Amino acid sequence: MLTGTYVPGRSLVHRATPGLKLVLLAVFLVPISIWQTPLLAGVSAAVVLVGFAVARIPLRYLLAELKPLRWFLAVLVPYQWWALGLEAALQLLVGLVISVAAASLVTLSTRVSDLLDTVQRGLQPLRRLGVDPDKVALTVSLALRAIPVVRDLLHQTLEARRARGLERSPRALATPLVIRTVRHAERVGEALAARGYDD
Amino acid sequence: MPHIEFRGVSHAYGERRVLEGIDLELTQQRIGVVGANGSGKSTLARMVNGLVVPTDGTVLVDGLDTGKQGAAIRRRVGFVFPDPEAQIVMPTVAEDVEFSLRRTDLTQPQKSERVREVLERFSLGDHHDHPAHQLSSGQKQLLALASILVTEPAILVCDEPTTLLDLRHSRKVTQLLESLDQQVLLVTHHLDLLAGWERVVVIDEGRVVADGAAAEAISFYRRLMGA
Repeated sequence: MLTGTYVPGRSLVHRATPGLKLVLLAVFLVPISIWQTPLLAGVSAAVVLVGFAVARIPLRYLLAELKPLRWFLAVLVPYQWWALGLEAALQLLVGLVISVAAASLVTLSTRVSDLLDTVQRGLQPLRRLGVDPDKVALTVSLALRAIPVVRDLLHQTLEARRARGLERSPRALATPLVIRTVRHAERVGEALAARGYDD
Repeated sequence: MPHIEFRGVSHAYGERRVLEGIDLELTQQRIGVVGANGSGKSTLARMVNGLVVPTDGTVLVDGLDTGKQGAAIRRRVGFVFPDPEAQIVMPTVAEDVEFSLRRTDLTQPQKSERVREVLERFSLGDHHDHPAHQLSSGQKQLLALASILVTEPAILVCDEPTTLLDLRHSRKVTQLLESLDQQVLLVTHHLDLLAGWERVVVIDEGRVVADGAAAEAISFYRRLMGA
């Protein structure tokens, strides 16, 4: 999901409806989030790998999806080890990796627009409470689209900071990054208005 | 051809006046707009789509007032920005084109067919399911164009669409613009791209200072810029 990648295919996994995949994902994530044993972790990991094999999605796509987790885990796992011990740290590590892998199987085999249509339909009953499903779906898609854009802006800003010899200045990173991100958001808003999405 | 009309149009951002007393009737199929940075040409272009409403005067597109009938105007006028990155809102190429058709009455198979046709036409057929952010700058601009043109607007306004492109992709985009059936209003600094266009309007300090056939207008603009 983070890479915005969709791997086309006609497998059983691809043909399942996005709604069914989301429900199965939710059911799959509950046990591994609540209590985790080595046996359950092993079975869960096997289920995910079998899912990838059935979907015929090469594992390099899974690795690309897991890659962004490394910084998060690099901070969280040592903290968990220090606060709650090695077992809890390993449980967190294994649980997160399996959960993200399972979610990746869903997103890699489903177009984002199909997922959004499902979310949009699922939110229809909330219209009576003032929720606009169209806007929620659009917001989610814009948030997903913003991830690679902001990452590119970050790289460009880091390079510019280095070129000026200001590697150690947080201000030389934060100020231009925030300004460029806000400017990008303004441009996206203008482009959406130009496409008629201004109501 | 559609009919774009500026009647006594002036515009200011706060205290800064960017357009002053513009009267124009644009009926040609290929119209270029040139001017120095800050001359007001981008503001003028945005007015055609109703993105900017003039502080004085009116802009009419086929008789519709851009200040009062924004939704109808935007169905009629497509707009392409300099930076395609800001225009692409969906993660994959086909999804972004299909996003433009979300509010149409087309069935899903009709939408898919329309998307496929447009992507083939814009040489993006092989990138149907690719992540949009992995395209080159030139391909992103082609995708931005495809996403606008899939709705078949009567008018296409392009604000410096080749600014971020290399020469090859600039040529590709320009050739595509020249092949369109739509009325095209192109704002650009690349004067050679406008050779042979029916009409070129030169803007300087918020006013129209030349308006006519491409060769004469561009020649005037070069002299004005001391080039």
